[in-house]
Amino acid sequence: MSAANRPVHRPLSPHLQVYRPQLTSVLSILHRATGIALSVGVLYLATWVVYASASPKTYALFQAFNTSILGRLFLAGWLFCMFFHLCNGIRHLFWDAGYGFELKDAYLSGWIVVGVSAAATVVSWIVGLSLA
Amino acid sequence: MEDRRTPLARARGLGSARDGLHHWWVQRLTAVALIPLVAWFAVSLVMLSGADHMAVRAWIGSPVVMVLLILTIVIGLHHGQLGMQVVIEDYVHGDGWKLALIVAIRFIAFFFGLAAVVAILRIGFGG
Repeated sequence: MSAANRPVHRPLSPHLQVYRPQLTSVLSILHRATGIALSVGVLYLATWVVYASASPKTYALFQAFNTSILGRLFLAGWLFCMFFHLCNGIRHLFWDAGYGFELKDAYLSGWIVVGVSAAATVVSWIVGLSLA
Repeated sequence: MEDRRTPLARARGLGSARDGLHHWWVQRLTAVALIPLVAWFAVSLVMLSGADHMAVRAWIGSPVVMVLLILTIVIGLHHGQLGMQVVIEDYVHGDGWKLALIVAIRFIAFFFGLAAVVAILRIGFGG
């Protein structure tokens, strides 16, 4: 076999194990991950409404989980997923419209998304609890 | 939004033969619709997280909330189903599994959506 015909095993790209994570790539996959989490979350939301239409006794079973520590943690996590997906989704809509493609802009909008979604999660708790 | 190809591309018969553009467009349309809905819903959810059954029913049953909540759940399910379809198309490689999962998420979304709408109307109209 001549050298030219020998199969060459070049690394495939993107090779995630050796690929340094960057803000842009991390936010990209987080958008998917939070999207999947929210898809499950909206099923839970539909279930909540169905339980609310049932008897108080049945609803109490459901509400017991919601008000537990685990339930509150899920709500906090769900809210963060929601705000992140919301903010990053708006970032995507700007890209769809043709804006913000420069590397500098993509990083700036990425950090804004991280900051705003973290802040919005905290603020929604403060506002929600103070209005409750 | 049925056809956004240039006249030249159309004349040459270029572009997708399927419905990718429609999927893409509806995903964006539902995304824009969800921006205000989801912001409203997030705050409401935290407010209600400690509420009892009566308070939750009173909230769901008020006319404005009924409309907004139905919109949030139905559009949210639709947007989620479109997104999950893309995830499945990207990561599930067997054609059979791919089709089965896409059909399954459609059925699940439809079932949960209808169940939620019926429940909301039942609460609102005192059934």
